Amino acid sequence: MAHLAVAEAAIPASETVVAVRGICKRYSEVEALRLIDLDFPRGKLTTLLGPSGCGKTTLLKIIAGLIAASSGEVRVNGKPVTGPGPERAFVFQDFALMPWATVMRNVAFGLELQGMGKAERQSIARNYIAEVGLTGFEDKYPHELSGGMRQRVGLARAFAVNAEVLLLDEPFSAVDEQNRRKFQEDLLRLVDKERKTFIFVTHSIEEAVYVSDRIVLLSRRPGRVSQIIEPRIDRTASPDAIRRDQGYLDTVEEIWQGLKHYVD
Amino acid sequence: MIAPSRVGGPAPAVHPPEGLGASLGRLASRHPVVWRLSSLVLFFLAWEIAGRVPISYAFPTFSATLVALVSMMADGSLFVAYGSTLQPLVIGIAISGVVGVVLGIVMGLSRMAEWLAAPLFVVLQAAPMAALIPLITFVYGIGLLAKTLAVIMLALPVIVLNGYKAVRNANPSLVAMCRSFQGTKLQQIAKIIVPDASPVIFAGLRLGLAAGFIGVILAELLITPTGIGDLITYHRSVANYAEMYAAVVSIILVSTLTLAALESFETRLLRPEKRRG
Repeated sequence: MAHLAVAEAAIPASETVVAVRGICKRYSEVEALRLIDLDFPRGKLTTLLGPSGCGKTTLLKIIAGLIAASSGEVRVNGKPVTGPGPERAFVFQDFALMPWATVMRNVAFGLELQGMGKAERQSIARNYIAEVGLTGFEDKYPHELSGGMRQRVGLARAFAVNAEVLLLDEPFSAVDEQNRRKFQEDLLRLVDKERKTFIFVTHSIEEAVYVSDRIVLLSRRPGRVSQIIEPRIDRTASPDAIRRDQGYLDTVEEIWQGLKHYVD
Repeated sequence: MIAPSRVGGPAPAVHPPEGLGASLGRLASRHPVVWRLSSLVLFFLAWEIAGRVPISYAFPTFSATLVALVSMMADGSLFVAYGSTLQPLVIGIAISGVVGVVLGIVMGLSRMAEWLAAPLFVVLQAAPMAALIPLITFVYGIGLLAKTLAVIMLALPVIVLNGYKAVRNANPSLVAMCRSFQGTKLQQIAKIIVPDASPVIFAGLRLGLAAGFIGVILAELLITPTGIGDLITYHRSVANYAEMYAAVVSIILVSTLTLAALESFETRLLRPEKRRG
């Protein structure tokens, strides 16, 4: 009974926003995901980490409603997912920016699709353009920006629709190393400021440990949950202190030991 | 020919220590239009020389052709000819443009429409149209309708096929992006697929327009001697070779300028990002 009481008390602190139940995905020949059960707590950044081809992006796109699962279901705030919804916003690996539209129009695009008036959506977009550090670039076109800046546009677009859950599909994989570090630091600041739920896909162990509250390790195909790790890292420390922190280094090592046997 | 392009930029030829070649080279690299003009000048020069040799009695010099062109403009015969040539061309291109783009988009969006229509246009594109034009005459006579049909038969397939391929190959990532932000199917088509496909659609329109010019000239040479086709045939028959060449040059000029206008229209309207280098 005492054990139960503790569990109940713990619920408000880590209320589940996204619940994944028994998700399987098979493409005609290949089984990509097998019986995935996961809860994503509100206000946390959870990372899906695993070897390439483990189906982590597939799982993220199933949560987004962009692809359908073969069986099982995803619930967001208790409601089953049948397609994309306003409570979720997606950040694409290849940025998915419209090359013919300015930064301003790209960031405001989610609001434009909702039918919001031009003045209103532009003032919201301007705010998030500033938030990701792109003030002054409103009238530029994507090809005039660096990879890192393009992904900031993608991030601002996802923030602008004010979704509760942000789904990030390897957002930094096409960004060079220096920009990637800066971007990770900015992301942590935004996670702290926006108080949203983040689900983050990456294949970089260091990146996962650096940004995550929880790390879900997926096994090689067919992808299954092999381990859940909660890095105990003092996030109030400076970024450089975190990267030298013993807890950070130990967690990176622990995950590497767990994943090593998947690498040929 | 080179002088006008110097007006805009700082004139490099002013600095005396530099060799003429070096300053010309710098001028050319700063203004690519200089290279293009030079290519034209060289071509006309070669033409002039070939005409003076002469390689054939029926081959006039560039200067003779230019004189003939001016005199045909002065006596108005050129404009009368264009009046009758442009009519089927404009009607045919307008129909091909509207029908072709719409049909191409529909075929790109729907597999059913693709299966229904694509084979027809693939065959039409592959068919030697000049051989079909006498058949048009057989059925539709020698009037405006027959010429318009000739334009459409040449222009439509390439417009349709380009439109359909462009839409079918629209960036899947952008389409997924639109879906993820709950864009409706209509928004997806209007705001993502068509703008994304527009460069290839416009390439199809440019090719269609060029094919339309071929169609109308073929029709005028093969069906009814009117317009520019008649001008060419008539001057050939009376051995006015300079006039004949002038008519040919004029249609090339008109077709090139129309294509360039279409291209700049496209950039202005649909791809604002291309306006900046």
